[in-house]
Amino acid sequence: MAFLKRSPWILHYDASSCNGCDIEVLACLTPLYDVERFGIINTGNPKHADILLITGGINELNRAVVRNLYEQMPEPKVVIAIGACAATGGIFRECYNIVGGIDKVIPVDVYVPGCPARPEQIIDGVVAALGILEEKREKMAGGAQMKEEARHAEEAGEST
Amino acid sequence: MNGIIGAVLFLILAPIAGGLIAGIDRKLTARMQGRVGPPLLQPFYDVGKLFEKENVVVVTAQNFYVVAYLVFIALSGALFFAGGDLLLIVFAFTLAHVFLVLGAYAVHSPYSHIGAERELIQVMAYEPMIILAAVGLYMVSGSFYVADIAATTAPAILYLPGVFLGLAVILTIKLRKSPFDISTSHHAHQEIVKGITTEFSGSTLGQIEIAHWYENVFLLGLVYLFFAWNPVIGVVAVAVTYVAEVFIDNVTARVRWQAALKSGWLAALLGIANLAILSYMMIGGA
Repeated sequence: MAFLKRSPWILHYDASSCNGCDIEVLACLTPLYDVERFGIINTGNPKHADILLITGGINELNRAVVRNLYEQMPEPKVVIAIGACAATGGIFRECYNIVGGIDKVIPVDVYVPGCPARPEQIIDGVVAALGILEEKREKMAGGAQMKEEARHAEEAGEST
Repeated sequence: MNGIIGAVLFLILAPIAGGLIAGIDRKLTARMQGRVGPPLLQPFYDVGKLFEKENVVVVTAQNFYVVAYLVFIALSGALFFAGGDLLLIVFAFTLAHVFLVLGAYAVHSPYSHIGAERELIQVMAYEPMIILAAVGLYMVSGSFYVADIAATTAPAILYLPGVFLGLAVILTIKLRKSPFDISTSHHAHQEIVKGITTEFSGSTLGQIEIAHWYENVFLLGLVYLFFAWNPVIGVVAVAVTYVAEVFIDNVTARVRWQAALKSGWLAALLGIANLAILSYMMIGGA
């Protein structure tokens, strides 16, 4: 059963964004857009999250934080880079302290362009991410099954 | 025999009823905030998803404690619907929460520890009142057995209005609703991440959620006992109480733990005053 698509919990992190995109992310949760209609909850805990919504171009100080947050999220998980800075570093790209895009530090699944990205676009990005999330879940379930079968085959081989 | 049927029905139906109540709760909350809200079955989707996710375990003991929490919550609810001893139920219920606290303490995470400490404070805040509720129901019906209390013809609510109001206050604590959602809350992530459930993920978090459904059904059953002389009024009263709790959740902000503790004990004082007047009247009448 695909419950994952019906209940994507979000972790929102500001990796040195100007706060423009963050306001738009939070706007998605307001009564006007109400993403809870789709079962989306903004959780503050990476261990409960399925989707990492991340804004900004990452600086040298929060590089480790981003890495840590990503690693703490249980599989299956997807990352959505929101805004121009998250995609490429945007107007801050040339700054001495900016890493220049989320994908320099962690793998990104969906890019939402814009400066700032509009709430409709962000919701679009999340919907696209749900497809990827489902794909990853199937792969994970398949992987676990293959592992199990290999183990059984090995045990059978040992017993004969 | 009736008792066993009641317990089995509770174990099977309570998660379904609890999930639906949680769904209605979320829908109602959304409407109060001018939103459309999630589908009615959303809590089931959430728990189903949690069982699909990877289970990240920091310390293996933590999952054991959560299983114990689920078992003892289910046990106390089953005893209740089997018509068992209310005092035993209250103690099994408290023990369940002690296991949850131990689970949160098993992990070396400051947020988990803050959540565990606040949960302990909550236990301290509601425990006196919940025992007084049992004592009050005993004074009216002459028995600690739920089966006898439910069968009594005296309208318990008319004898115990103070106890019921006190119970309503600690019900807010137990249902994890504002202003007393201090140990874990979806809205408190700026201060305590997820508090007591921070370090639980995947199926373990799903078990906590199911335990919470069991707990809610049990608590609403406790509310029903005050109106047990008339089942129709009882069901209406339970519904009204729950909607009132959702309303309070939406119009209040989270208080500090000191205020939560004081409120719980003030509620207990109200309960004691009620019981004192009641026992005075009973002695006077005899």
